[in-house]
Amino acid sequence: MSGLRAFVVFIFLFISHQIYGVNDSVILADKFPKTLDEFAFFEDKKAQDPADGVLPYELISTLFSDYSYKQRWVYVPDGRKATYEEDWVFNFPVGSALIKTFYYPLDERSLDKGKNMMETRVLLRKESGWEAVSYAWNKEQTEAKIKIAGKTINASWIDQAGEQRSVRYRVPNKNQCKECHATNDEITPIGPKARNLNKIYHYEDGSVNQLTKWLQQEIIHNYPENLVSPVDWQDESYSLDDRARSYLDINCGHCHAPTGAANSTGLYLNFSESREKHLGFYKKPVATGRGSGGLKYSIVPGKPEESILLHRMISTDPGVMMPESGRALSHSEAIELIGNWIKSL
Amino acid sequence: MHKIYIKIILFFSLAVIQNLSTEEISLEPSLNSQEELQEALILINSGDTLRLSKGTYYFEDGLSLDVDNVTIEGAGMNETILNFSKQASGAQGLLVTSNKVTLKGFSVEDAKGDAIKVIGAKGIYMINVKTEWTGGPKSSNGAYGFYPVESSDVLIDGCVAIGASDAGIYVGQSSNIIVRNSTAQYNVAGIEIENSYYADVYDNLASHNTAGILVFDLPDLPQQGGHHVRVFRNKSIDNDTDNFAPEGNIVGEVPRGTGIIIQANSDIEVFDNDIGGNGTVNLAIVTYGYDTEDENYYPHPRSVQVYDNRFGNSGFDPDLETGELAAILFELSGGEMPDIFWDGILPMSQIIFGQPDNEKIILGDNGNASFLTISPIKYMIGMDPVNTDYDSFRGEIKPLKAVSIEGI
Repeated sequence: MSGLRAFVVFIFLFISHQIYGVNDSVILADKFPKTLDEFAFFEDKKAQDPADGVLPYELISTLFSDYSYKQRWVYVPDGRKATYEEDWVFNFPVGSALIKTFYYPLDERSLDKGKNMMETRVLLRKESGWEAVSYAWNKEQTEAKIKIAGKTINASWIDQAGEQRSVRYRVPNKNQCKECHATNDEITPIGPKARNLNKIYHYEDGSVNQLTKWLQQEIIHNYPENLVSPVDWQDESYSLDDRARSYLDINCGHCHAPTGAANSTGLYLNFSESREKHLGFYKKPVATGRGSGGLKYSIVPGKPEESILLHRMISTDPGVMMPESGRALSHSEAIELIGNWIKSL
Repeated sequence: MHKIYIKIILFFSLAVIQNLSTEEISLEPSLNSQEELQEALILINSGDTLRLSKGTYYFEDGLSLDVDNVTIEGAGMNETILNFSKQASGAQGLLVTSNKVTLKGFSVEDAKGDAIKVIGAKGIYMINVKTEWTGGPKSSNGAYGFYPVESSDVLIDGCVAIGASDAGIYVGQSSNIIVRNSTAQYNVAGIEIENSYYADVYDNLASHNTAGILVFDLPDLPQQGGHHVRVFRNKSIDNDTDNFAPEGNIVGEVPRGTGIIIQANSDIEVFDNDIGGNGTVNLAIVTYGYDTEDENYYPHPRSVQVYDNRFGNSGFDPDLETGELAAILFELSGGEMPDIFWDGILPMSQIIFGQPDNEKIILGDNGNASFLTISPIKYMIGMDPVNTDYDSFRGEIKPLKAVSIEGI
């Protein structure tokens, strides 16, 4: 009997290893592997077909990264689940990974023409906490290698209007990951908050709310019924205020929050901030230097052209622009949105 | 005898252990300095020293360090140059976010934003480091040369800061600070201590800035209520550069030719300094000049002691164009600008019932220094509010404790 049981367990382990092809020991190892391959998050060289147990997801509201497109996947080791944290990202178990590939479509007007991958970033939940690292894709798109010190890639694509666009794309170095992904000096994911996942995703086997799917797939224990989700800032059916605050939350609020890396500024743009002064209304700059552009306040209600916040969104000068890293281009659609919002105040 | 032997043996074995556990890495300038140096800053282990050989290193992106207990050491501030004139990304030259870091013997040139920014460090020791914008004073220069913020145990020793469009040496929202033996020239503010606790600023030279030394406190910030700052044995002289700060910044309001400003702090000592050649005013003690709804903020300076300073010329070329300070002072003094000015502004309760003794401005001996303040009560009832009676502000000097930093 016991021999049979051992055999069954062996077979089960064997199969489960086949199903969950991800290399758990690489996630937990002290050192990062040299190439993305070694995690076995994907079944193909081009990192498009996720291994079993690696689930794609989308966020309602996303960070602007020089018009790059992002594909996201989550991996939680078999038998473990993430728990819901109010107002924060899910608390993922040790061994989890969040994977994000940044790419430009060759032609935004017909996405099936192909893409040019820049980098795949991974956030790994180790025993000691989260760690972040990025793998930059080679020109041939056959291999993604670790870039501890970051990398500059001159990339180009054709945009919606048929215009040729180009960008000096920066793969962040390990420290720069932390510039955004740090709260109280600990690395943390930013995106996968329950409220930011609360949308339909078109899975291969049908369309369903992502949180429902995560529950079915036993990625999470639970999530609350009445989530107040941010809005998609591009969705004009929502109010200007909701759209603007959503955009500022995801693009600025991870640093500009009382617990964020930019808390010394006193400017807080996270979704839950409600004090006008801290939101920037008639707030004088503190250590802005030439970032002020000769303007007196972060936000002058009704006057976008007098608001430092908008000035720093428009600028592409590294000593002026905001966010400080992760962008080389200005986000014209968002500049219009935030400009209209300030005008409406 | 035995004991001594054991001590000697222990000493040598400890030295050996330390040698084994620490490592030295050396770099030289190359065409790939960006990647080489950044990678070294990431891979360096706690306890290690990174040596930067003589020469100029060029960078396109900012650099950052996030490893505790390391030393970055160049061949000298005029020998090892980190040049950021071609910087295309990154908001500062060098960013430090870790603890017990020593920066020594190099220069950071022409950063697009701040030159050296340090956030949240417990222990940052900058020794013989220079930050410079080489094109002279320009509003397109970065804001700060040395910029530790939200840090503790901050040492800036033997450093040089030139050309910052805000402050050459700026310590903000920090505690336990020593700034000494340093030189700040051609900045808007030479040395500025802002929203900070326990700072000693001594043996520095601040000259040819717009203003020499500022001790400020601003509202609506996580750390405010700056206190216990000692400014002594400095030379704040010949600060004669037109204010070139971009508008909107608080230092943009500071008039050219200001020696020292104390604004909205408590427990301040200014002593044994040489303050002169400042065309507007040598020393101003002022209230935060804007409305604020921050209930936790106290806008008035308290317990400021000024003694044993040597005041030179001032008021000979007041900058009436910048901010309000010079214009107000010029009007009040009828053009006879004082060496020491206190705006006299107090909370209403203190205007009526008087200021508690332990919050008063105290003047000791300051040679022939002239003094001017405003009496709010006289101002309110329409009398001449100007008070130049130096002796009425004399009182017992109660020295503050010196700042000490562990291991320094």
